[in-house]
Amino acid sequence: MQAIADLLRRLFRAREAGVSVFLVMALVAAAILAPRFYSLQNLRNLLLDTPLVVTVGMGMTAVIVCRQIDLSVGSIVAVSGMAVGEIYRAHPSMPTPIAMAVGVAVGALLGLGNALLVTYLKVPSIITTLGTMSIYRGLAFVIGGGRQINPNDLPAHLVSLSISSPVGIPYLALLALVIFLLTHVFLSMSRMGRAIYATGSNPDAARLSGLPTEGIVAGAFIACGALAGLAGIMYASRFGFVNPAQTGNGFELQVIAATVIGGTQVTGGSGTAVGTLLGCILLAAIVNILTVAHLSGRWQLAAYGAIILVAIVSDGAGRLQSTPVVS
Amino acid sequence: MTIKKPTWNHQFTLVLLVALSFVISAHLSRHFLDPAYLLTATTNFVETGLMALAMTVVILVGEIDLSVACNLALTAALTGVLWSHYSWPLPLACCMGLTVSAMAGLANGLLVTRLKLPSLTVTLGSMALLRGAAQVLVGDRSITGFPDWFAGVDQRVVGPFPAITLLLAAAAVAWWAFLTRSVRGRMTEAAGSNPAAARLSGVSVDGIRTRAFVISGFIAGLCGLMMMSRVGAARWDMAQGRELDVITAVVLGGTDISGGQASIPGTMLALLLIAVMRTGMGLAEINPETQHVAVGILLAASIAVPNLLKMRTRRKAALAT
Repeated sequence: MQAIADLLRRLFRAREAGVSVFLVMALVAAAILAPRFYSLQNLRNLLLDTPLVVTVGMGMTAVIVCRQIDLSVGSIVAVSGMAVGEIYRAHPSMPTPIAMAVGVAVGALLGLGNALLVTYLKVPSIITTLGTMSIYRGLAFVIGGGRQINPNDLPAHLVSLSISSPVGIPYLALLALVIFLLTHVFLSMSRMGRAIYATGSNPDAARLSGLPTEGIVAGAFIACGALAGLAGIMYASRFGFVNPAQTGNGFELQVIAATVIGGTQVTGGSGTAVGTLLGCILLAAIVNILTVAHLSGRWQLAAYGAIILVAIVSDGAGRLQSTPVVS
Repeated sequence: MTIKKPTWNHQFTLVLLVALSFVISAHLSRHFLDPAYLLTATTNFVETGLMALAMTVVILVGEIDLSVACNLALTAALTGVLWSHYSWPLPLACCMGLTVSAMAGLANGLLVTRLKLPSLTVTLGSMALLRGAAQVLVGDRSITGFPDWFAGVDQRVVGPFPAITLLLAAAAVAWWAFLTRSVRGRMTEAAGSNPAAARLSGVSVDGIRTRAFVISGFIAGLCGLMMMSRVGAARWDMAQGRELDVITAVVLGGTDISGGQASIPGTMLALLLIAVMRTGMGLAEINPETQHVAVGILLAASIAVPNLLKMRTRRKAALAT
């Protein structure tokens, strides 16, 4: 009995406890209010709605754990999508792996831009990425001359990634799953991953104990950019077009919201890949439930805001209770 | 107590940049030098300016308010709906809108000060919630057809000047006088530059922080009514992304994003710079995306270039010794 109680207590104290409770509540609510949520077709839609946010969310988790933030991911998605789309326009037979490599490279390069501004020029990350968000968005227009990448510019084998599936799960979702697993192992078990937490929780102490903190921060930005670049290809595959204005617009809000709901704190040093994954699923499930329950799309944004606030307030209230007040 | 001020150099650079962009804009389009046009164009930036004044104080005390533009939209949507659907008299609806905007600011402030939550996440959440509420209220429609006394606030003039531009100028002077000449203003600066010391000397730091959020919310509401009157419509997607322009003006003006250092003249100069650039580029038919790029580069460069220069002088000093 004691062992079970201990296990329960540990589960309840886990960083992901809050988001798990909300997710269970949402799933129960769905079962009562909109049973159609559990139809296979709908669950499949859910599987296609989450991969993009999960992919970029993994990078964002690393960035936020480092005590930084990246507002430019939505624009990076657009630049990468446009770049790959333009290459497809010229060479329709380009194999998918090369397209992905190009997308990742473009994203990593843009992430490097953020990294240099933050670590070398010491511009705070919120200012850096507020600026590069506009700059990269402009770049997306320059690449395609303002035109959008149309469905007939994209080859069928790219689009089929989000349709066909080896085991009932589309390739797109499998890709996101692999990225999640890699990030989870990296963050929780590797030496470098732990160094990220050290950097975020106390940068000075981390530096004094010999960690290359600036390199770690730079690495997080580059990884986040690379994953956003990959998400650009995934966007093209999922939606069949890339629009320089529309693609990735407001995406940064979704990703940051999912990360924060998953228990990652913007003050740095804490947060897990599992939490972010659950946060992504929770947000996607809520939007999906609203749709299935025939509540019009106009409730979506308000629901987002409410869930973000409820999540961080319950997290904050829990912390206030559990830590002695020092003043 | 001495408080770190942005250096004179920074404001001097801003003045130079304003002059430079003015000359370039005048070259790009000959319509730019028409004084009547320029004065009318200023009315487009009054809301951004008022919100930037409030944001300067929020950032000064070490916080950030991402929800201002969404608060603006909710105030407009709520006022519009109360007036058009529930037949409230428009003045009463305006009062209600303003009350809600101030309450939203208060909610932000209390969450930040009482629950010790980071303002970045709190206002990220309220940003979505407030604009979402506006969307729930009005959907995809626009509420239009306001009475004459309410509409077209930007067309009222005092002499040659648009009334709301004068309002912004007066607000800036009042704000500056408050921050630098009044006891409460000095307390606000103290709360920003060294919260622990301020608290120990009896300044209610949390009270000041909460008040900064309430004022930011209230001003956003006021700007909502102003924009509603100016464009003659209330929609849920009004001023989308405007918080970026507001924060850009504040940071470009020399206010430190981590708090403790702020400059009202700097904020106003930065606003002027953004206004001249956007108006000039607009007249030269440069598309909005390119305008965003220019403002984005300006924002990043405004901190990166001084840091780079500082690093070079430090390196030189190290070599000399």
